[in-house]
Amino acid sequence: MLLLITGAISIGVIFLYGCVGEILTEKSGHLNLGIPGVMCMGAAGGCWGVSIYMHSLSNPSEAAWFWLIIIAVAFAMLFGALGGAIYSILTVSLRSNQNITGLALTTFGAGFAQFVMNEYVVKEEIDKALLSQASKILKRSFSFADDLGWFGEIFFSHGALVYLAIIIALLASFVLKRTKVGLNLRAVGENPATADAAGVNVNAYKYGAILIGSAIAGIGGMFYVMDYIGGWENASTIESYGWLSIALVIFCLWKPNLSILGAFLFGALYVSPFVMPGIIKGITTTQTELLKIVPYVVTVIVLIVTSILDSKENQPPASLGLNYFREER
Amino acid sequence: MANVKKTNEYAVMFDNITKRFGSVVANKGVSFGVKKGEVLSLLGENGSGKTTLMNMLSGIYRQDEGEIFVNGKKVVIASPKDAFDLKIGMIHQHFKLVDVFTGAQNIALGLKGEKAQYKKAYKSAFVSENGEKIERSKFKSFLIGVKNLFIEKKNTSFNLKKIRSEASDICSKYGFEIDLNKKIYDMSVSEKQTLEIVKVLFRGADILILDEPTAVLTPQETQKLFNVIRNMKKDGKSVIIITHKLNEVMEISDRVAVLRKGEYIGVVDTKKTDEKKLTEMMVGKKVDLKIDRIKTDFDKPLLEIRDLTVDKDDGSQAIDKASFYIRGGEILGVAGIAGCGQKELCEAIAGLRKIKGGFIMHKGESIVGLPPKTIIEKGVSMSFIPEDRLGMGLAPSFSITDNMMLKTYSEGISPFVNRKKARKQAKELIEKLAIVTPSSETPVRRLSGGNVQKVLVGREIEASPNVIITAYPVRGLDINSSYVIYDILNEQKAKGTGVLFIGEDLDVMLALCDKIMVLCHGKVMGIVHAEKTTKEELGLMMTGSLDLGETKNKEYGKAKDSHLTDEQWQSAKEQQELLKEGENDK
Repeated sequence: MLLLITGAISIGVIFLYGCVGEILTEKSGHLNLGIPGVMCMGAAGGCWGVSIYMHSLSNPSEAAWFWLIIIAVAFAMLFGALGGAIYSILTVSLRSNQNITGLALTTFGAGFAQFVMNEYVVKEEIDKALLSQASKILKRSFSFADDLGWFGEIFFSHGALVYLAIIIALLASFVLKRTKVGLNLRAVGENPATADAAGVNVNAYKYGAILIGSAIAGIGGMFYVMDYIGGWENASTIESYGWLSIALVIFCLWKPNLSILGAFLFGALYVSPFVMPGIIKGITTTQTELLKIVPYVVTVIVLIVTSILDSKENQPPASLGLNYFREER
Repeated sequence: MANVKKTNEYAVMFDNITKRFGSVVANKGVSFGVKKGEVLSLLGENGSGKTTLMNMLSGIYRQDEGEIFVNGKKVVIASPKDAFDLKIGMIHQHFKLVDVFTGAQNIALGLKGEKAQYKKAYKSAFVSENGEKIERSKFKSFLIGVKNLFIEKKNTSFNLKKIRSEASDICSKYGFEIDLNKKIYDMSVSEKQTLEIVKVLFRGADILILDEPTAVLTPQETQKLFNVIRNMKKDGKSVIIITHKLNEVMEISDRVAVLRKGEYIGVVDTKKTDEKKLTEMMVGKKVDLKIDRIKTDFDKPLLEIRDLTVDKDDGSQAIDKASFYIRGGEILGVAGIAGCGQKELCEAIAGLRKIKGGFIMHKGESIVGLPPKTIIEKGVSMSFIPEDRLGMGLAPSFSITDNMMLKTYSEGISPFVNRKKARKQAKELIEKLAIVTPSSETPVRRLSGGNVQKVLVGREIEASPNVIITAYPVRGLDINSSYVIYDILNEQKAKGTGVLFIGEDLDVMLALCDKIMVLCHGKVMGIVHAEKTTKEELGLMMTGSLDLGETKNKEYGKAKDSHLTDEQWQSAKEQQELLKEGENDK
């Protein structure tokens, strides 16, 4: 049972980063289907930064935890934002179709990550060893976690990036709900013409939301490589997490605070095929495989319920997917 | 700048403003001024460039040529933010409000504190008021500076509580009643408009622009609005009101500026003019607005509608027990202010919208509940020109040929579409209606609005229908294109087709239609012969102040030579009621 909860938390964090990033992006009225690609780029960027740092040290085993975190997060955000920049220039300034641009970005991001990782980051055996060493340091959790039994295991046994994810989600929720910036951003996503007429710089908000959102999603990709597995596999796994993150956005009704719970629920469903046999005796592989589908089914149910309720709240931003041009008539 | 002086007397001055959209000239050399503390009406027909001109003043568009002066100073208004800084506020025809926000949140939208003020507050920690440097450690000064900054921010920035209290002050000053905690989607049209005005006043606007504010208001609400405008005038604010209702112009404004096809015609004092003179200025004296009404022999009613009740999308009533009929060889006009149920009526007849009750009989057979395709096959065609023109009926990126096929694709049993035939039809259409297009394969979105409408109306007629429903077919068209459309309709009428013509321009309807039905909030106010009625009578009926059904105590819309006998109508009615009861029992 403990395994299920801790497993759910660590994999849920990947979804949480992706989901919060996508929520911020969608709140500006842009449906970024390139989030999976952005997460791949963030992963590649974060690993690249870490790799450069590790190579620069004379004694890699003495790498500082603090600097590792800073470098990994900064590079992941930078490369994530780079993906976001490509997307925002195309969709905000050049007003190209958001769905097509997003899908292209996903393909591009996966290829980019594959290229960077194989060519620069994990080319030789020594690189892989350095990366896994960095990962071990990065993952370091509170030392007192072991003394607290199951309580410590659940709440304090994680690396700093897990807590960062929750802080970012709560912060995003606060900004959207309570601040003027959040109010303006929501207005941009709901009705850009109105926001524009009210003196809000629509394009600046769109760029800001997309870049920050992509940067956050980028950390998610990096977290998967550096914290969750501690080594490079391939981009397609990250991509599939990216799609789940987008599904999670709908599941948690565009609310970052709700997405914390949603992410852990999705995480639990995702890891259950691996841990369920240990909890429930006699469960078949067919049943565990079916569990993997549940996140998508739940998302569809949420969509159905919200559309039946037809409430004006809990809806996607009204102009989601529509590009804005002031002088259009 | 020949006839107006650059003095402080004017709050706003336009100097030779020109604005083009592609090849379309929306405003051409417009020059006039708005005085401080006056109400100026901007008058002009549809598409005369009134809204475009005002959008330039409020920063939505930018002029291609010419200059704008505010309070005697030349200004550049590059964005709505710049307009606010100049204390210009516009209330748009289509409200600029975020539906899921409360009233107060909508007011808060986009509000910002002054950057310069923050800077000053921070600097005051380093330099005292008389310009001397304050002696203390830099770090301490920095801390005090940040503290000052926060105090300043707290004092100047708006939180929702403060906004609510200040907004209620404005409300009580001008006599508004509004609940600022209500979400926009729960508000009525007039509440939304009130909120828009409060929003603009909250930002301290001195120059207010109202774009067709009365189009969606009831007469009582209009009076309320006019009182507010008078109050604002007393307060020394300048108000520009866009409208094409002459009686309102005469009632509220001090002066009237007239635009015609984007060109500035002149400014007159309201006291020194009358509605007739204004109309002449608006339309232009030389334009002969004579439309032929050809005489035809009326046939039996083609389409008979009785007690039709239809709901809007939001569940409110769109059409309330309307009864009317259209004969072959007759044009029946439908007049009414925007949103009085015209769209829902069209959709109900074409089978696109479920009806709540009543009958739609085509040649004596009910077409209620039939799929749109069957209704088209019976010969009822609809062409609805929405505000954006391309929204209904045509696929913008399809060519004329492809659009022709949209209605005929299912003919025959071949699994392939007959492009050859469609192309031939398209070419005939281009020739017959003088459609300006590079070829029959050009996407229709590349054509100008008038040509797009010709394609739409032309295609509907190609199927040789016996009933044509056409809504706003000349919307936004220039005079010549309009006359082509009128000729097409007259031609169809001569062939014995029944035409339901939903129009905006009363003069056109009076000239073109045989009979005119007036709707007000979904109710039929009366059906009159175009020859025997006047514009005034129609206007009264449109606003609901005259109900011929009540005053003359006459039942409208029931043809004497109906396809069905009275008994048959009666039994149909009983049957429907039985059905309804059955549904209720369930």
